[in-house]
Amino acid sequence: LSAPYLARAASHRVVVVGGGTGGATAAKYLKRADPAIEVTLIEPNETYYTCYLSNEVIGGDRQLDTLEHGYDGLRAHGIRVVHDTVTAIDPEARAVDTAGGERFEYDRCVVAPGIELLYDRIEGYSEAAAETLPHAWKAGAQTALLRRQLEEMADGGTVVLVAPPNPFRCPPGPYERASQIAHYLKGHKPKSKVIILDSKQAFSKQGLFTQGWERLYGFGTEDSLIEWHPGPDAAVVRVEAEGMVAETSFGDEIRADVMNVIPPQRAGKIAQVAGLADDSGWCPVDKRTFESSIHPGIHVIGDACIATKMPKSGYSANSQGKVAAAAIAALLKGEEPGTPSYINTCYSIIGTDYGISVAAVYRISEDGATIAPVEGAGGLTPSDAPDWALAREVQYAYSWYNNITHDTFG
Amino acid sequence: ALGLVSAAQAGDATPEMLANACAGCHGTEGNSMGPAAPSISAMDPLVFVDTMEAFKSGDTYSTVMGRIAKGYDTAEFEAMAEYFHAQPYRPAPQDYNAALVDTGAQLHDRFCEKCHAEGGIPLVDEEDYNILAGQWVPYLRYAMEDFRADRRELPKKMRSKLEDLLERHGEDGLEALYAFYASQQ
Ligand SMILES: Cc1cc2nc3c(=O)[nH]c(=O)nc-3n(C[C@H](O)[C@H](O)[C@H](O)COP(=O)(O)OP(=O)(O)OC[C@H]3O[C@@H](n4cnc5c(N)ncnc54)[C@H](O)[C@@H]3O)c2cc1C
Ligand code: HEC
Ligand code: HEC
Repeated sequence: LSAPYLARAASHRVVVVGGGTGGATAAKYLKRADPAIEVTLIEPNETYYTCYLSNEVIGGDRQLDTLEHGYDGLRAHGIRVVHDTVTAIDPEARAVDTAGGERFEYDRCVVAPGIELLYDRIEGYSEAAAETLPHAWKAGAQTALLRRQLEEMADGGTVVLVAPPNPFRCPPGPYERASQIAHYLKGHKPKSKVIILDSKQAFSKQGLFTQGWERLYGFGTEDSLIEWHPGPDAAVVRVEAEGMVAETSFGDEIRADVMNVIPPQRAGKIAQVAGLADDSGWCPVDKRTFESSIHPGIHVIGDACIATKMPKSGYSANSQGKVAAAAIAALLKGEEPGTPSYINTCYSIIGTDYGISVAAVYRISEDGATIAPVEGAGGLTPSDAPDWALAREVQYAYSWYNNITHDTFG
Repeated sequence: ALGLVSAAQAGDATPEMLANACAGCHGTEGNSMGPAAPSISAMDPLVFVDTMEAFKSGDTYSTVMGRIAKGYDTAEFEAMAEYFHAQPYRPAPQDYNAALVDTGAQLHDRFCEKCHAEGGIPLVDEEDYNILAGQWVPYLRYAMEDFRADRRELPKKMRSKLEDLLERHGEDGLEALYAFYASQQ
């Protein structure tokens, strides 16, 4: 090897924007792939609250602090963690600017900012209104707020859950949340109910959710703790924070005692500012490397990217972080990136000892255009799964949580 | 259907690329943080491949592994087997009933040691071992329930030893064994 190559190799810099599930995984696995790479992770928050399992906090079976993860684990791997917000990315100069006035140059950049909530798509909703009508779709204070409102609600109250249109973070999430709210109501406020006002006509794991709701919460009966109202009629177009009213596209007005508004979404704001998103609001990428199809040298992973058949989930973000890290390590060495392999699994906890899952193994399609599920593999918990199997899935969901968070932040 | 790929067109992902995708459920390098998902580091490669094939065919009951295993071919199982075999085993840091450990050790020697040698630890320089020591006990319980309910094929001789154990010591005998396996940390 020639001396100039070695000199260059020693100074490869990767800047990771966003220290959530995707970004933290990419940073860690970059260091694992090649400790010589200088990895800088930029994330405003000193602690990260996982959205996964946050529905159990809302249901009351879990405390919020069990979802908290710091960045010392990543620092111990030699990653430089900077607590700041990225305000601009210059793909020509290959540099990132922060609100704190710093500039970080990179050879390759990873962008994993998660989602931006589109408050203005629902009349009357806003960041300020979310202090009364929480979304709780970014975990932390919003999760605690929704939990507190449920605790303060009198028995006989109505919880309205406004479910978002596709595509959005965690397709089964709103329905797991409705389950967890019903679980709380059943034990503490049995005269109350949760009404899901949906913009969609179908949802993830629908058969399994409705089966679980029938068994646990009287779904379909007059006393059901859960009602699901499908789109397009039930799509919420307007909310009133003071009056606690949701208006549907059909013109119905539904009064609520607690209202959880999960608005439409797109790729995190910095992805928009940096011009990484297309008209859909999400970021097109090369499916083998997650390199942006718009700005070379920048890799977009997690919720923000368009991963075709892979859902926007924590497992996906973790899996994509590893694929991107391996590709970046190869590209920095001047090598061809290897063949990727990806997995996703989402567990949902419907009630006590009642867990279900959806899983898939993915490959890149031959034309490179799609991350597609392997034929004959993956799928759902069987609908005839016995009680002991559903109980096992809860224990495996907790195991998944411990393993993925340790794999990401540990 | 449109947009699906077959396992055969998998290509040539590295063993590490394949195995890293499993870490979300089994822990980094296959060392699970528990409470129930098994550690798969240091597994015997033949046992690993057989286990994956049995999940894939449905011969061994699983909640989720059958769905995952169907995504890979035998060559990929072999590649992952080598990777996980080379990963150092970290026994699970779990609670156990210390008062049962000595009894468990004796029962293990008498009924299980013949096949699960040296207390059931990974014997990475030998062939054909099944790890029990330091495995998450909830997983061992599930595996035992599956054997006893014929959801997983019970090796003939293990069946006779297990029946002997249960006849003489009942469920308490199994509890003592679990305490012994959990104590090896
Ligand atoms: C209620 C709920 C339940 C869920 N349950 C599951 C589940 O069971 N299983 C599962 O797999 N997934 C689940 N998910 C989905 C999962 O949380 C997300 O898909 C995952 O977090 C996506 O990871 P990410 O890295 O793309 O984004 P995030 O994890 O949101 O990380 C983005 C990070 O980027 C930072 N950031 C944003 N902008 C900037 C900037 N300009 N500069 C610097 N940093 C920035 C943010 O502070 C944040 O830390 C759930 C989600 C919800 C809401
Ligand atoms: C979604 C979670 C999940 C994923 C992903 C996953 N596993 Fe598993 N694994 C489990 C669970 C749960 C079990 C116990 C059997 C069951 O109920 O499915 C298990 C059991 C196993 C076992 C048996 C261990 C023993 O001691 O006999 C092996 C081997 C294994 N998995 C390998 C893998 C490999 C290899 C991958 C990736 C290609 C993988 N697993 C991905 C959850 C998972
Ligand atoms: C004659 C040999 C033999 C004896 C004796 C034996 N086993 Fe096993 N054991 C095996 C084999 C072979 C397997 C793997 C079976 C499989 O893959 O399904 C196994 C698997 C297991 C497993 C599942 C491990 C896993 O990771 O999934 C458990 C638990 C277990 N044995 C417990 C015991 C106990 C407890 C005893 C004593 C009472 C015992 N065995 C005695 C041969 C034996």
